[in-house]
Amino acid sequence: MAADLWTALFIAILAAFTGYEVISRVPVLLHTPLMSGSNFIHGIVLVGGIVALGLARDPVEQAVGFVAVVMGALNVTGGYVVTERILAMFDRSKGRPKGGAP
Amino acid sequence: MTAFAVGDAIDAVYVVAVLVFILGLQAMSAPSTARRGIVYAGVAMLLAVIATFFSPHLTNFALIAVGVIVGGLGGWYWARVVKMTAMPQMVAVFNGMGAGAAAAIAAVELLGHLPDRATAGLSLAGGVIGSISIAASLVAFSKLQGWLPSRPIVLPARQVVNSAVLVVGVGVGLYAVVAVSTAWLLPFFVLLLLYGLLLALPIGGADMPVVISLTNALTGVAVGLDGFALVNGPLGDAGYAMVIAGVLVGSAGSLLTVLMAKAMNRSISNVFFGAFGSAPETGGPVAGQLKEIGASDVAALLAYANQVIIAPGYGMAVAQAQQKVKELADLLEAKGVPVKFAIHPVAGRMPGHMNVLLAEVGVSYDKLFDRDEINAEFANTDVVLVIGANDVVNPAAHRQGSALFGMPILDVEGAKNVIVNKRGQGKGFAGIENELFYRDNCHLLYGDAQKAIGDVVSELKKTS
Repeated sequence: MAADLWTALFIAILAAFTGYEVISRVPVLLHTPLMSGSNFIHGIVLVGGIVALGLARDPVEQAVGFVAVVMGALNVTGGYVVTERILAMFDRSKGRPKGGAP
Repeated sequence: MTAFAVGDAIDAVYVVAVLVFILGLQAMSAPSTARRGIVYAGVAMLLAVIATFFSPHLTNFALIAVGVIVGGLGGWYWARVVKMTAMPQMVAVFNGMGAGAAAAIAAVELLGHLPDRATAGLSLAGGVIGSISIAASLVAFSKLQGWLPSRPIVLPARQVVNSAVLVVGVGVGLYAVVAVSTAWLLPFFVLLLLYGLLLALPIGGADMPVVISLTNALTGVAVGLDGFALVNGPLGDAGYAMVIAGVLVGSAGSLLTVLMAKAMNRSISNVFFGAFGSAPETGGPVAGQLKEIGASDVAALLAYANQVIIAPGYGMAVAQAQQKVKELADLLEAKGVPVKFAIHPVAGRMPGHMNVLLAEVGVSYDKLFDRDEINAEFANTDVVLVIGANDVVNPAAHRQGSALFGMPILDVEGAKNVIVNKRGQGKGFAGIENELFYRDNCHLLYGDAQKAIGDVVSELKKTS
């Protein structure tokens, strides 16, 4: 196995414990926003999509890579807006935020 | 600038991005800092995406730009216009998009690097998990959106069929890698997508929060595996960022899933393999009869109560009645009747759903009580007003043999009077008759929550 993979494995182990520690004492009322927030964070997949499409060499790879980029971008912006809207309701200072559809 | 220096700059951005992701996630786990958390994470994500554009060796810029713009604007618009009540399924659908992207990246890697066993094997694993996650997420979305019936769809011999689809699918994928044959990749993805569908279809709508949370964690893992596959490539540092962010979500998401399942007293394996709610009701006929009550009687009962506890559920969310509910609570408090809210952990369609809606209209946190905090109080309360909640107040949960048995509920039946506002005589999400409605101390206030509670409010105003 290449050295890079071992490095990645070390990193992965630390990241796994970090994820566990960071949210181990979270109140129930934040479960939904946190799920939504972590949903946004795996939107980093967009970066992988850009790399995959950027290195694609034939039309099939390009087509599949394009799908990856579109879906990744949907994950990023959709995940952000949903989380932001949920959390905006917790913010009292701004009064009543717009909740429903326009 | 040389390519080397550019690469270093990009790496620095990735390092900052993953650091901010971790800090953002931590901020999001406390109410006072939660909003800051998502904004920080958003800025970090934006930087990471922009930095990636400057990666050396990148081609297909036009396609990338079009993809980012189409997906980005689409996601932004869709998430903006959707109603707050539809937020759970929006999390499901955007999670599904991430999973689909992970599966598609795995496909590109498999197409391009099939002879490289390590990369191909890791991509295969990412493809398996990504495909299952997108299919299951889209089923969750369709069930919550009402495109699919929310009750469990159970096919005959499903355990055997499902396992066979999974085993054959993974086998086909492994064969593609061993035989270095791209022709087998399409059937591989099709079978794994099918497995995801088969896995989620038999799960009832009431369990969807657990499904969404688990698929969210799965998507994180799939992204992490894709990251592993990418670190060997020419732009490997993007892979490290994906490993960290993906595994971070995978572990945090798994923990959340466990916490959530615990709040519903369900084990993960029971959610996925139990076909909850599909068994016919075994409780026998329910004794007693349904008694209707009018808004003016409700107003009188409330006005002279020693204390009122409001137990909201999905019906309040659907009717967007939270504003009226707040108005009612304020009126009662002005009359000197203390009002508390009993929030079941899974009332609505997601943990925290009710908290969010009530916070939206300015109900203060110290009025919201957890199941454990308030269950003992029902017995000393004159009136409990249940608004559009059903399964979470069904005493059948205390009776062995009921499909709900063991689920922790709000013991509202202990109160002197229980008033249940519901739209009609339908059953709850679990599809089970609610014995509470037939109790002697229970009366039903029929009607859409917004209108029904509005009527009670105007009756109360008349008397004051």
